[in-house]
Amino acid sequence: MASITGSVEIEVRRPRRSVVVGVLLVAWVALYFVLRGIDTLVLGGQETTALHRWLTEHRDDVGQGNVFFDAIRIAVDHFVVLLQDLISQPSFDRPVPAIGWLGVIAISAYCAWAFGNWKVAVLTAAGLGFVGLQGLWQESMDTLSLTIAAVLLSLLVAIPLGIWAGLSDRAFKVATLVLDLMQTLPTFVYLAPLTLFFAIGPAAATIATLIYAAPPAVRLTAHAIRSVPPESVEAARSLGSTRGQTLTKVLLPMSRSTVVVGINQTIMAALSMVTVAALIDAPGLGQTVLKALQTLDVGVAFNAGLAIVVIAIVLDRVTTAAGDRPWRTANRRRRLLLAAGAVAVLVAVWFSRTYVWAAEFPSTVNVGSRIAVIASDVTDWVQNVFGGFTYGVRDAVTNGLLNPLEGLLTGSPWWLVTVVVVALAFVLGGWRGAVPAAVCLGLLVATGVWQDSMVTLASTLLATVVVVAVGLALGVWAGRNRRVDTWIRPVLDAGQTMPPFVYLVPFLALFGTSRFTAIAAAVVFAVPVTTKIVADGIRAVPVATVEAANSVGSSSWQVISKVQLPVARRAITLAVNQGLIYVLSMVVVGGLVGAGALGYDVAAGFAQSELYGKGLAAGLAIVLLGVMLDRITQAAARRTENFTTRGDKR
Amino acid sequence: MKKLRYAGVLTAVALALAGCGGQKVGEDKPAAAGKDCGTFNLTVSPWVGYEANAAVVSYVATKDLGCKVVKKDLKEEIAWQGFSTGEVDVNLENWGHEDLKKKYITDDKVAVEAGSTGVKGIIGWYVPPWMAAKYPDITDWKNLNKYAALFKTSESGGKGQLLDGDPSYVTNDEALVKNLSLNYKVVQSGSETALIQAFRDAEKNKKPLLAYFYEPQWFFNEVKLVKINLPAYKAGCDADPAKVACDYPPYDLDKIVSKKFADSGSPAYDLVKNFKWTNEDQNAVARMIAVDKMTPDQAAQKWVDQNQSKVNTWLGKN
Repeated sequence: MASITGSVEIEVRRPRRSVVVGVLLVAWVALYFVLRGIDTLVLGGQETTALHRWLTEHRDDVGQGNVFFDAIRIAVDHFVVLLQDLISQPSFDRPVPAIGWLGVIAISAYCAWAFGNWKVAVLTAAGLGFVGLQGLWQESMDTLSLTIAAVLLSLLVAIPLGIWAGLSDRAFKVATLVLDLMQTLPTFVYLAPLTLFFAIGPAAATIATLIYAAPPAVRLTAHAIRSVPPESVEAARSLGSTRGQTLTKVLLPMSRSTVVVGINQTIMAALSMVTVAALIDAPGLGQTVLKALQTLDVGVAFNAGLAIVVIAIVLDRVTTAAGDRPWRTANRRRRLLLAAGAVAVLVAVWFSRTYVWAAEFPSTVNVGSRIAVIASDVTDWVQNVFGGFTYGVRDAVTNGLLNPLEGLLTGSPWWLVTVVVVALAFVLGGWRGAVPAAVCLGLLVATGVWQDSMVTLASTLLATVVVVAVGLALGVWAGRNRRVDTWIRPVLDAGQTMPPFVYLVPFLALFGTSRFTAIAAAVVFAVPVTTKIVADGIRAVPVATVEAANSVGSSSWQVISKVQLPVARRAITLAVNQGLIYVLSMVVVGGLVGAGALGYDVAAGFAQSELYGKGLAAGLAIVLLGVMLDRITQAAARRTENFTTRGDKR
Repeated sequence: MKKLRYAGVLTAVALALAGCGGQKVGEDKPAAAGKDCGTFNLTVSPWVGYEANAAVVSYVATKDLGCKVVKKDLKEEIAWQGFSTGEVDVNLENWGHEDLKKKYITDDKVAVEAGSTGVKGIIGWYVPPWMAAKYPDITDWKNLNKYAALFKTSESGGKGQLLDGDPSYVTNDEALVKNLSLNYKVVQSGSETALIQAFRDAEKNKKPLLAYFYEPQWFFNEVKLVKINLPAYKAGCDADPAKVACDYPPYDLDKIVSKKFADSGSPAYDLVKNFKWTNEDQNAVARMIAVDKMTPDQAAQKWVDQNQSKVNTWLGKN
């Protein structure tokens, strides 16, 4: 009965809040018509403020010819080149890499089997073989070398940091803040400055990837250490373990599977950077994608994107299997088999070093060009069939929703927007929402790109609403139905790892260059993660609870709305939050298809040295928007949660 | 069970023996050709015209001089940074960039100019050919306001849309629209890809489009865009970016090499310095790459076979 009293409690409270919100919004619209056009802080495309010019001038102050950074660059470069020599590039005075394709496949499959199980070993062999058949062996190996280097270096930094943040509360707080920043700051923003420190080339690309990929590992390691039951730690202490012993014998083994999830997320993040890193001369599949886009060759771009997806899926399944594998349980039989396998691998490596057919992937069967042709044909067909219809949708959404919202945000004086947003944040989330909102909005004004920020905010809000709606629907469906889940998951994986650059051209064909195109691209990118989190949340609802609801004759809709969604509330909050961050991380890509505003500013800052400062300021503005929305949603979620728990206790 | 195991072992042995039949690695090592040309790093800027330059130069350098050419796909400004670190030795097609020339050539002295590419760069506003045919007077900027309503889109806020391109290019378009009092709004497409897609769609479905574009560009081989005549360019009329009211200047595209490479005495430097061709030459090779989907090397080979005399002058023969 607890849930019923809970909902009564909410029903009493909710109208009051929604009334306040409604009044605020109506007042805003009314004031907008009076004050339209005053203090809107417009800044033209090539115009800059004093702050921007100052940033541009001081761009070279750090990093030029610094011995410390040079040492890092040379070390990282050598590491990447070593990996490339091993598996992708002709090396050691031979016309082929040290280990040919047969050896690489054998070693990978063997590792997958040793750390995971035979199923993922077969998957690994099949996946790598497929990439070879696509005609992209060398590019894939370049990408793999860079990914391995970036992931290993990330873990070298991230795991100790994660352990530290797991053990110390203060470190945890600081880490959360810094990690939020690292994940929302668009990669484009630090791409150009990074080249100042580390020049262009594999080293800078690896380090850019590292910055983006390390946060999940830190977060999940810290989270894992914090969730080890205190009883276990106390038991170890009472038996006389030192701190070091407690860490290595209790904390780390007990958090192993969560740490592996962190490693998994790091690998995925690193792979999603492949195309962006190619902009600063990272070798591999990213180059193929970018090059194909110059001639709008969707087929070739898709083929290379597909290779990235395949590699991502293989790495994901292998690490997941490794995480699920019980710790140190090899029996005698398995050990014997492992030893036999090792010999077979050595034979394969020897072959791949000796014979041409095992060293260079045979190019006789080229599936790649066929995939490219099919992909192009499908895109053409979609464009021809849906072309007219999609423009209608775009215009309806743009004129009906986006333009009014954007007009309200950009046309109102900046102080009016600030007052309204802070008031809304207060109503929804109390001081915890209002204070960060006020600070972020103040800093947004200081960045000098206020109006562009408001344009981006309008698109972001709309995209997030769509992402949450679609993600909830798909997530609930997949969470309630196993079969749907197994079918939908590879599609979601593909949506997450397929470089957005690949589907830009078809989207441009369908929707033209517009803000709507950018919103559509962001939705495709952000829906998978939202769906996954919601599905996991729904699945975690205790079966008994659902059964109980079914037994009293509730309809499916009632079960979903009254039981599953409320119980999975925490997961849904996380899903909204992640959906938002993913949408924001697509702002720059949106700038490439006509969204303009902050995304364009950042891209222009990367490409034109005189706009560097403005690009940096725009990048910061994206972060500020992210932090503000994040804090407001978190605070609002905390409030509703408090109400429910209070209701439950009664 | 035993039989199965035997079969397995036998297959493995058979496979192993069959595998031994192939060609061994390193048996057909090509004889090292040419003199001490060594290796040079060539940046490849992100447009197909540039790729055509790179294809031909690296084909000739590899085949006739025995050099090793490392191509790197980089954005223009990023490539300039590479001169100081040795990541980049040669840029075959530089569009202006006086500020960067000052920084890297005059101040830092890490790069030097290596003469004209021979290609003329044109920047301006273009419409798809069907519009020029249907509205012949549209090519005069004075008539643009008359047609502004045609160019309205969901992005242009009631005015005509002027679509701008890749953020790498400096544009005066916002100033131009203002100073020529045109009833247009500049909308950023954000990338060359978006721009080409927009023109392709406009020509195919007979949609109006006015956009910033440039020549030489491989896309002209597919759709012959028509340039709008803005008030003619006169030296100095673009001195103050805020007051620009004239067309873009014609660009003489030139080559930049790193100081180190210029001083190395490599025959490849002489090749790069002598390399010079025309818009038509470049478009021909670019077309083979972009439209006929040839690899850069195949395209270069085909062009070189037909234009051996030009190549000979680059190499200083005859």
